[in-house]
Amino acid sequence: MLIPHPLLGLRDAQEFTYLGDAALIGRPAPEAGEAAFCDYVFLRDNPAGIHRELWFHEQGDRSWLVVTRNTLTHEILGAELATDVARRSA
Amino acid sequence: MKFSGFKVVKEALTGHRGWGPLWRDPEPQAAYDIIVVGGGGHGLATAFYLAKEFGQARVAVLEKGWLGSGNIGRNTTIIRSNYLLPGNEPFYEFSMKLWENLEQETNFNSMVSQRGIINLIHTDAQRDAYRRRGNAMRLAGADAELLDREGVRARLPYLNFDNARFPIKGGLMQARAGTARHDGVAWGYARGADQRGVDLIQNCEVTGLRIENGAVQGVETTRGFIGAKKVGVAVAGSSSRVMSMAGMRLPIESHVLQAFVSEGLKPLIDTVITFGAGHFYISQSDKGGLVFGGDIDGYNSYAQRGNLPVIEDVAEGGMALMPMIGRARLLRAWGGVMDMSMDGSPIIDRTPVEGLYLNAGWCYGGFKATPASGYAFAHLLATDRPHETAAAYRLDRFARGHLIDEKGAGAQPNLH
Repeated sequence: MLIPHPLLGLRDAQEFTYLGDAALIGRPAPEAGEAAFCDYVFLRDNPAGIHRELWFHEQGDRSWLVVTRNTLTHEILGAELATDVARRSA
Repeated sequence: MKFSGFKVVKEALTGHRGWGPLWRDPEPQAAYDIIVVGGGGHGLATAFYLAKEFGQARVAVLEKGWLGSGNIGRNTTIIRSNYLLPGNEPFYEFSMKLWENLEQETNFNSMVSQRGIINLIHTDAQRDAYRRRGNAMRLAGADAELLDREGVRARLPYLNFDNARFPIKGGLMQARAGTARHDGVAWGYARGADQRGVDLIQNCEVTGLRIENGAVQGVETTRGFIGAKKVGVAVAGSSSRVMSMAGMRLPIESHVLQAFVSEGLKPLIDTVITFGAGHFYISQSDKGGLVFGGDIDGYNSYAQRGNLPVIEDVAEGGMALMPMIGRARLLRAWGGVMDMSMDGSPIIDRTPVEGLYLNAGWCYGGFKATPASGYAFAHLLATDRPHETAAAYRLDRFARGHLIDEKGAGAQPNLH
């Protein structure tokens, strides 16, 4: 798989490590309560199809990306810097 | 039709005209007492034990493709009960005991072969950990034997004992472990369930769960609505997709795990060898192919195929362990979709929906668990109480903090 890094162009997915669903950017507020944190830590949508997910460019520029990928075909549809995504949703 | 040596001889002498289909191909009835969603190993085993042990006759298994078309046909056929934790080990040992009597129970040759398994040790710390694991296994009634370096060398002289990074210092052996003919397991359970009146309905995909007032009424399928008092979901790999029809999110991610087989070779490996440090394990099929695998690819996938970097990684592990296989040609590579649960252990439990039951989260370890998973799920479906060996596999254990985390690695869906 080749990931279209927004700054570095197409990079081999082997340079990255994978974290999971991009929804993990949205950590609950500290006072959100135990149930909210339990959901955050353990539960996943796990969709078959389009999935937005966090990849870390560990052997590259060490940026976090949000990659949009189809879990049924492994087709990568886009990538953006996770900081941009986080700022937009903040 | 009963399989026997006499029957084989008789058919050989009469032109093999007496072999019939192994199971019926029934039309779905309007309603059943229990519907099992998923005609894979666990679903078929569940139906078999429901009929045989719990006297349930009005049972159907719904399968979207053909029987055994998922992970029961995509694994590396290893059976073992070498777990550590009290929530796991008695369950897997129960499974091992069911394996030992499986062919007599189903009257079907599932080629259960107790050729043993050896987990290799490379460091003092790992020896301590395996000694503890072996003791835990023996406390649960399983067998375990700690081998020193020469003990491993006597059995497996062809391994590279002096790898600079991972020299082999010993091994933990379970002699009763081994392999089984994976498809034969599914077929044996299917035939046994069918003979006891279970309807095995293929090409029947569940497209919705009908739930009224918090209780399940039946399932919507591509062949119409089928009513049921209880619905048991055993669709590992697709558990999140099916349970989302009931509005549930699961502590599971679906990942692809690859496996490989070489061309047929003369008898070479008479056991199962795991090289955990190198992400590699290997055995040899009765046909001669070296069957081996390694780690999951590591990203969410429903694709049933993986990518080349993991193939390279597995091949490197193999070369580090036994350089002699370097010239064997790879015959096939394939991938299966795993329910990777957040603590590496499975779920066999009721759900918040009355009458809806879940069997999921088997990670890489579903095949060896097939008999006990079926038995325990049947026990739960029939009696509404968990089987004594599966009592820890609760869905709410994540919220309660009672994880069954063999690796001690915290919440992550890529354990084992």
